[in-house]
Amino acid sequence: MRARVFITPKQGVLDPQGKAVEHSLHSLGFKDVHDVRIGKYVELVLEATDRQGAEQQTDEMCRKLLANGVIEDYRFELTE
Amino acid sequence: MRWGVVTFPGSNDDHDTQYLLDHVLGQDVVALWHKDRELQGADCVILPGGFSYGDYLRCGAVARFSPIMEPIIEHARAGGFVWGICNGFQILCESGLLPGALLRNRDLRFICRPQRLRVEETGTPFSNQCRSGEILTLPIKHGDGFYIADPVTLEQIESNRQVVLRYVDASGRVTADGNPNGSINNIAGITNARRNVFGLMPHPEHAGEKGLGGEDGLKLFRSVMTAHAEGALGSAGAPTAVASGL
Repeated sequence: MRARVFITPKQGVLDPQGKAVEHSLHSLGFKDVHDVRIGKYVELVLEATDRQGAEQQTDEMCRKLLANGVIEDYRFELTE
Repeated sequence: MRWGVVTFPGSNDDHDTQYLLDHVLGQDVVALWHKDRELQGADCVILPGGFSYGDYLRCGAVARFSPIMEPIIEHARAGGFVWGICNGFQILCESGLLPGALLRNRDLRFICRPQRLRVEETGTPFSNQCRSGEILTLPIKHGDGFYIADPVTLEQIESNRQVVLRYVDASGRVTADGNPNGSINNIAGITNARRNVFGLMPHPEHAGEKGLGGEDGLKLFRSVMTAHAEGALGSAGAPTAVASGL
């Protein structure tokens, strides 16, 4: 089973990278762009064959290591 | 007393810290490796500056799971002194021994310069040799020093007087101008609620000799030596100890 994990800065947490990229997009002429937020994308393959087990494992990995709950949110998708 | 200085893959202030403790302060220091599973009798364990595991994923996120962190967390739970400097501060936040987190600097630049700091709290094992309100000059050198905590945690840290150092401007005031990295409330260094775990972004180990950027850093090391000599294990007598803090 393959997991695709998306990690994003929590709402309200300042994202200086997102701000810098937003300014850059504005200077390129994309004037109506706003709220640019930069996160991380992690892809991983699990040996688990059942969906529930894979979900539990991925969630635990996110909580323990992949995301820092103080500053980041996460969500993930599982595919066969 | 005995000090332990941990080396993670990518630590780079470990030897400077050992040098300061050994050659400048005449202390008993042991080098600890990230794969070690015991602290060799260290009373105070220092997690030094650097770029452990290349800052992959998040600063300190991978180092937090090194084998040495198990005895360090036990040591902290027993009231022993644990001190994180720069990357060490990031590791302590990642491990949950200190509240909050450190983000990329507000201006996205790596900063390397002397920084003025105000001592906010002297009732800790890490600052008892400072005067309240005293201004220290210590070097900062970091890309991810923007301290942040959620509003509830921040309120607890402030009301428990866990903020030991704040970034200040040339006139010693807590202002936006004096804030190099965007840290909330200009926070540069904090303890846990029990006051036996301390983390800061500035580098006291690089301010230990007159010819090399001043000696203000020695006050923090001497504070720990004083606390140890007085038998304060961080737990005893901490006026604001909060059971849930650790």
